[in-house]
Amino acid sequence: MSSFLVIAVILVYLAVIFYVAYWAEKNSKSRWVNNPYIYTLSLAVYCTAWTYYGSVGLAATSGLKFLTIYLGPIIIIPTWVILMRKIIRISKGNKISTLADFISLRYGNDRFLGALVTLICVLAIVPYISLQLKAISETFNVITNHHISAISILDDTTFYIAILLAIFAAFFGTQHTDASERHKGIITAIALESVIKLVFFLVIGFYVTFYLFNGPTDIYNQASVLPNFKTQQTIDGLNGGFNWFLLSLLSMIAIVLLPRQFQVTVIENEREKYLKKVIWLFPLYLLLFNVFVIFIAWGGNIIFQNQQVDADLFTLLLPLNNNNEFLALLVFLGGFSAAISMVVISSLALATMLSNNLIIPYGFLKRFSKSESEENTESIKNIRRISIFLLIIIAYFFYKSFTLDRPLVSIGLISFVVIAQLAPAFFGGLFWRRGSSKAAKYGIITGFLITVYTLLIPLIIDSQSIVTSFVDEGLFGINILKPYELFGLQLFEPVTHAFFWSLLFNVIIYSLVSVNKLGSYRERNFAEMFVDSTKYAALQEGAYVWKGEAYVRDIRKVLTRFLGENRTERALNLFYMKYDIDKKTQVADARLVNFSEKLLTGSIGSASARILIASVVKEEEISLTEVLNILDETQKAKESNKELKERDKQKDEFLDTVAHELKTPITSIRALSEILLADDEIDNTTKKKFLTSIVNESERVSRLINNILDLEKLATGKEKLDLNENSIKNTILKSIDPFRQLAVNKGIKINLNEINDVEVVYDEDRIQQVIVNLLSNAFKFSNEENGEVKISTYVNQNKVEISVEDNGKGIENDELLAIFNKFYQSKNQTLLKPIGSGLGLAISKQIIESHNGKIWAENSIPHGARLTFTLPLNTK
Amino acid sequence: MKKILIVDDEPNIVMSLEYIFKKEDFEVFIARDGAEAIEIVENNIPDIILLDIMMPNVDGYQVLNYLKNSETLNKIKVIFLSAKNKATDIELGLQLGADKYISKPFAVKNLVKEVKELLNKK
Repeated sequence: MSSFLVIAVILVYLAVIFYVAYWAEKNSKSRWVNNPYIYTLSLAVYCTAWTYYGSVGLAATSGLKFLTIYLGPIIIIPTWVILMRKIIRISKGNKISTLADFISLRYGNDRFLGALVTLICVLAIVPYISLQLKAISETFNVITNHHISAISILDDTTFYIAILLAIFAAFFGTQHTDASERHKGIITAIALESVIKLVFFLVIGFYVTFYLFNGPTDIYNQASVLPNFKTQQTIDGLNGGFNWFLLSLLSMIAIVLLPRQFQVTVIENEREKYLKKVIWLFPLYLLLFNVFVIFIAWGGNIIFQNQQVDADLFTLLLPLNNNNEFLALLVFLGGFSAAISMVVISSLALATMLSNNLIIPYGFLKRFSKSESEENTESIKNIRRISIFLLIIIAYFFYKSFTLDRPLVSIGLISFVVIAQLAPAFFGGLFWRRGSSKAAKYGIITGFLITVYTLLIPLIIDSQSIVTSFVDEGLFGINILKPYELFGLQLFEPVTHAFFWSLLFNVIIYSLVSVNKLGSYRERNFAEMFVDSTKYAALQEGAYVWKGEAYVRDIRKVLTRFLGENRTERALNLFYMKYDIDKKTQVADARLVNFSEKLLTGSIGSASARILIASVVKEEEISLTEVLNILDETQKAKESNKELKERDKQKDEFLDTVAHELKTPITSIRALSEILLADDEIDNTTKKKFLTSIVNESERVSRLINNILDLEKLATGKEKLDLNENSIKNTILKSIDPFRQLAVNKGIKINLNEINDVEVVYDEDRIQQVIVNLLSNAFKFSNEENGEVKISTYVNQNKVEISVEDNGKGIENDELLAIFNKFYQSKNQTLLKPIGSGLGLAISKQIIESHNGKIWAENSIPHGARLTFTLPLNTK
Repeated sequence: MKKILIVDDEPNIVMSLEYIFKKEDFEVFIARDGAEAIEIVENNIPDIILLDIMMPNVDGYQVLNYLKNSETLNKIKVIFLSAKNKATDIELGLQLGADKYISKPFAVKNLVKEVKELLNKK
């Protein structure tokens, strides 16, 4: 195919992608831009050119091992609803914009740690970007039939593509100074590319399986007779099993910690609930991508069996070999889109890291703190733009000057191993509050050095054909120091071997240092917030503990330098409104300090934000116990506030009900009085009837008022109980006297057979009030025929139980507790309103509780209600 | 003779209302809760209903709802007569389709005037 045609296609394709990004940026509120599908698809930036070509290459040479790279994510992603949600919450709450920010903030805005993480990421990812450029260049050469790669840079198409990508990333990646803002243009473009690469890969897979061959069975049959087929397709015993396990673990870590994955999953997340789509849709995407890999690999092995062909290029060579140039072009474009997604997102993520965690905190803080806001935001953006260009160009020259003739997969995996060194600090910090900054640094450095020793040095020796005995005999000829068989461990392949040792030492060092040396109060403060994120998320600014002296004026000055007058003013207004603080306040509190740090974090990274704010703030050390106490107090204050509000609401409801209950008798009184007043011809009987009602209703009002006052006195403890030793039997008999006549009238039997006499200390008037109340309820509800009310006492250990029982219908189960509420009127009442105020049981409960007793209702068998209260026997 | 239905669970309020409207030459029906009200309405359609809200079992809102959903009954005038007199209560009552909302305690003359006005309105 002619180079011009391919270049033209590339340019058209890039134009489309640019346009989509531009459109999405303009319509950033559109539903097409903000939905869980775009989000999920953007995560597929995980599938790079490596997936496109490398998986096939690996499958062709080592069988099913390629699956481990996808198996890890597929296993771990369903846990994201919990794990990733936590990470996202913390990141959003603290305006975190990169992985380095996340780790450095967790360990107390540690500037060095942030820089270290940045360096590790750059070292891991730049070669990985080179790899993508290499893939573009090689496939370009294959499809245009160039066999010699361009000699001068200016003749190299890949160079121009790299520059275009840098422009794309720099333009759409730095629309906002605040890097924790979402980049909707880029993400939408990436999502589109994810669709393109998957569709094209499925097309070629389908083509190979069903067009070049007669379906999967046909390929299998032909491939299985090839030499080496058997060994390729098995896991290879225990050794192989370990390798599989470790590779899956490695990819589990990578799917979270690769800078580009952190960028798309955490920073670009618009809503937490999108995760619910991701947990099934993303694994499905990965599965789909892998359906045809093995068939393309086998197909390639069959067709090219006696030729020297790079297995990494099977995907492209198969259609070319069959003279299907159009299909080859599709494959090229698919691989191209996979490569450029990775390059763009990675360079964006790395550039933000470089600027916020390395360049600004170490180089530009002084300058920033002197210049004006517009200059500063421009400088910040420029630092990022230049970083993006530098990263891509360095990656380009890296690919140009080193012979990267290793298979795609192996270099990709090395990146994974390097990135995995961040795992102990990251996950440890997320779940273990003891993990300290020093431990994180030592762990990462140790792990990295071991990776260099066991993987990078041998690889460089190998690929640059340096003659030395280092690999075969170990350092200084010491056997146990052989880089591929450290301490004599022969179980693993080089990558898993390096991963195993580096991570093992990393974890050991991280744990030991953490346990042996406590971090500073600042670290422990953040540790608490990260580990217990749900507890403190609600507190937001309040969760941060800080003691010291600061003035609003100074902090405002710092903010203005970065955000400008208007944004600072707006942000502070919002802050004052949120916490209901007077705008004229001069002394800043912990909340303002933390709020300001967060505001700056998005623009210049957490470490710089901390340094800048600290420069205008006089800070004091506080001990861990103080930190924890203050955190707990804030939490408690929040809770008690809630309680107060709830109590306020209850009080309002109570007042409403009281008003309603008072108005009812007054309505009767007023209406009847008005009638009497206006109507002179009213007959005597009616007049008497009306006047009696007026008297009754007036009594009802005063009873109600007395009860309410009573209840209030008891509830607030204003009334002292008149405690004396009394005979419970006497009190019961006294209480029952007024009911005897009523019992005779209604034909209700009073059963007193089960009363034992005990001497108990209580306020006799009050207890009598309770018993009368229970009795009047019992008389009201007892059976109309053969009614019976029974009072019994029962001494049980250190308390006496007094029960009043009727043989009526009993109480509905859902009402057993509610009847003690104020103004609760049973649903079961007869049509005639009871004489009670609706407060009787509420008052009884209050009385019993102030005697340290309990009162409850239950249904007795076969029917009837039993109300029981207890009095402790040894009170005085 | 116009028919009026009084729905309230307070015997003394019922007693006063009964006297007032008999005096004004109404045929008076009495219900002491929502269920009874519905029973009466189904047998004998009144011109106007004075309806309390807070009643046991079936409350005033439910009665009104029942009426508004019936083709034969939805033309009956309804006045809510309730001790609930917060602005939100009144608004809710009117929104549900009551013609008037009078709070308790009420002035007798005023109540009679409102009832008559409502009945004269077409």
